[in-house]
Amino acid sequence: MEERSNSPAARLYRSMYLIRRVEEEIVRLYPTDKIKSPVHLSIGQEAVSAAVCDHLERSDIAFGTYRGHALYLAKGGDVARMMAELYGKVDGCARGKAGSMHLVDPGVGMMGTSAVVATGVSNAVGAALALKMQRSRAIVVCFSGEGAADEGAWHESMNFASLKKLPILFVCENNFYAIYSHVRDRLAGPGLQARSRAYGIEPELIEDHEPMKLHERVGAAVAAVRRGEGPRFLECMTYRWRDHVGPTEDRIHKYRPDTELDAKIDNDNLKIVGDMLPADVRSSIETAVEKCVADAIAFAEASTFPEDKEVYDHVFSG
Amino acid sequence: MTMSSPADGGRTLSYAEAVFEATRSEMARDPKVFVMGQGVDDARGMFGTTLGLHKEFGAERSFDVPLAEDAMTGVGIGAALMGMRPIQVHQRMDFVLLCMNQIVNMAAKMSYMFSGAHRVPLVIRAIIGRSWGQGAQHSQAFHSYFMHVPGLRVVAPTTPHDAKGCLITAIRDDNPVIMIEHRMLHSVRGVVPQASYEIPYGKARILSPGKDITIVGISHMALECVRAKHLLEAANIDAEVVDPVSLSPLDVETIATSVERTGRLLVVDTGWLSCGASSEILSEVFERIAHRRPFAAKRLGYLPTPCPTTKILENLYYPSPQSIAQAAYQLVRGAAAPAWQPGKVDSNEVAEFRGPF
Repeated sequence: MEERSNSPAARLYRSMYLIRRVEEEIVRLYPTDKIKSPVHLSIGQEAVSAAVCDHLERSDIAFGTYRGHALYLAKGGDVARMMAELYGKVDGCARGKAGSMHLVDPGVGMMGTSAVVATGVSNAVGAALALKMQRSRAIVVCFSGEGAADEGAWHESMNFASLKKLPILFVCENNFYAIYSHVRDRLAGPGLQARSRAYGIEPELIEDHEPMKLHERVGAAVAAVRRGEGPRFLECMTYRWRDHVGPTEDRIHKYRPDTELDAKIDNDNLKIVGDMLPADVRSSIETAVEKCVADAIAFAEASTFPEDKEVYDHVFSG
Repeated sequence: MTMSSPADGGRTLSYAEAVFEATRSEMARDPKVFVMGQGVDDARGMFGTTLGLHKEFGAERSFDVPLAEDAMTGVGIGAALMGMRPIQVHQRMDFVLLCMNQIVNMAAKMSYMFSGAHRVPLVIRAIIGRSWGQGAQHSQAFHSYFMHVPGLRVVAPTTPHDAKGCLITAIRDDNPVIMIEHRMLHSVRGVVPQASYEIPYGKARILSPGKDITIVGISHMALECVRAKHLLEAANIDAEVVDPVSLSPLDVETIATSVERTGRLLVVDTGWLSCGASSEILSEVFERIAHRRPFAAKRLGYLPTPCPTTKILENLYYPSPQSIAQAAYQLVRGAAAPAWQPGKVDSNEVAEFRGPF
């Protein structure tokens, strides 16, 4: 059991199931209005964060986006403190000042997430510069969506990371849509990998619905970055099931065909990985995760709101 | 012109040399300190302020960057998050507009948004240009933009003494600091102690005491205000010249106390008036004392136009010792007073400046 429950598939499933269940609980709780924060759900996209973070060490550094629940959880961020943060409570990972869009847990290398597209990319590059200057063997993983590549800062960052041969893995979660704008309406030319190649960064495309291949390819990329070979770029095809923001589906907006979404839901990565596991392994993972999520919600419910005086805290450090 | 703050042994340095000395001594003291910016390691060394640091401390600690102000600011922030202490330099403040997203959305927010989980010990040196045809896009002063944002410190030292101390304070601070330097000040000399020292935030300096009017001058304008003070002596007016040094936090106390004595406030900014540092200073002083001590007030700054390139129009654009003295005279003597023409005085650092930078 020990060995089987620690297989790559089992680890992936544990991480993906946790992300799925936390977000399903957010969906369930949202109508109560206890979560007073915009939520950008990762349901459907869990495999990327889970596969990437399975290859990272605790000291490795991760930067993410406002769609950051999956990364926070996969990197080992505290589940209870995340829920308390969504509730705006004092035991939240940022004492209620961050909310869903800015989850942080520096103790596990989760450096935080930004709500302004592509803004965290250069910060991740700067962290990689620091690691190189500090002669650390840790690496940085920078998550962004494909929309980030629309921004000039993404290009400036890729150039500098390559120029300085920094220890950073760029993970692009290409879910096709920036809010409701399709990538084909935003991106000219031959795509993201060609852009990466132009900066001298070796790219790789990983299709959706192949979670174990994704896991394997990430492993190779992480190893190359850790060997000091400079940055790598992974374009991971994925798909957002829910609305850009908020807990619901968004079929009503008609910006994407129902058949496109249905095909993705019918080919759920979570189920693909789960089906690889022996029944007892799968069920013991699910039982443990359910308890963890229930405990986290209870923790958030029991926590208190910050006192008024905290409004002035931490404008400056020290 | 030599400007002295507290005298100490009489060693004089130029402002640029004082900035260099602060940077060099901090780099020697703390291996986490490094310098990045376009041209910091070239033959000019950012007007001498970073000259040769790459040779002394290695190319990793003083390096040129791509023309990518947005991402380079983000890189500095990212390095700062990991415990490094970057100093970023911009030859002209106009280019800092390209950094605003990172400065405002990230650097200023990290401590608060993450409730102290992160700190951003980052210094951004922004140099305001003037003279010899700098024109509309090489002369702008945006210190008020940064004063507007909680989470940023903004300093604008006038004297070489304060330039050294402010920069040392900024480098040792765990928060993002915007240091405003005026290109016209780089050549100005003053007494600068050899040893390291810090200039505290939120402490204005009375450059020259007086009893008839409080004149607050920001950055290079503080120097022009001292000249105006000398012109005003001919009209038998004794002006007190105050240099805020630190714009955010602002030492309202020192300025307000001065105005309580003089009953008159003239604020002269190195920038436009609208929503500017002068508006902030005047309203803060007003809120603090106007209910018990009414006072007369006026503001001077750049004309409400872009900066014209041709010298003949540029001369109209900036406050001068004469226009400052004239405004002070009218505040003190009142609108009905007989006309007075201030004498002539040369602002040598402006007159003698030959670009191209």
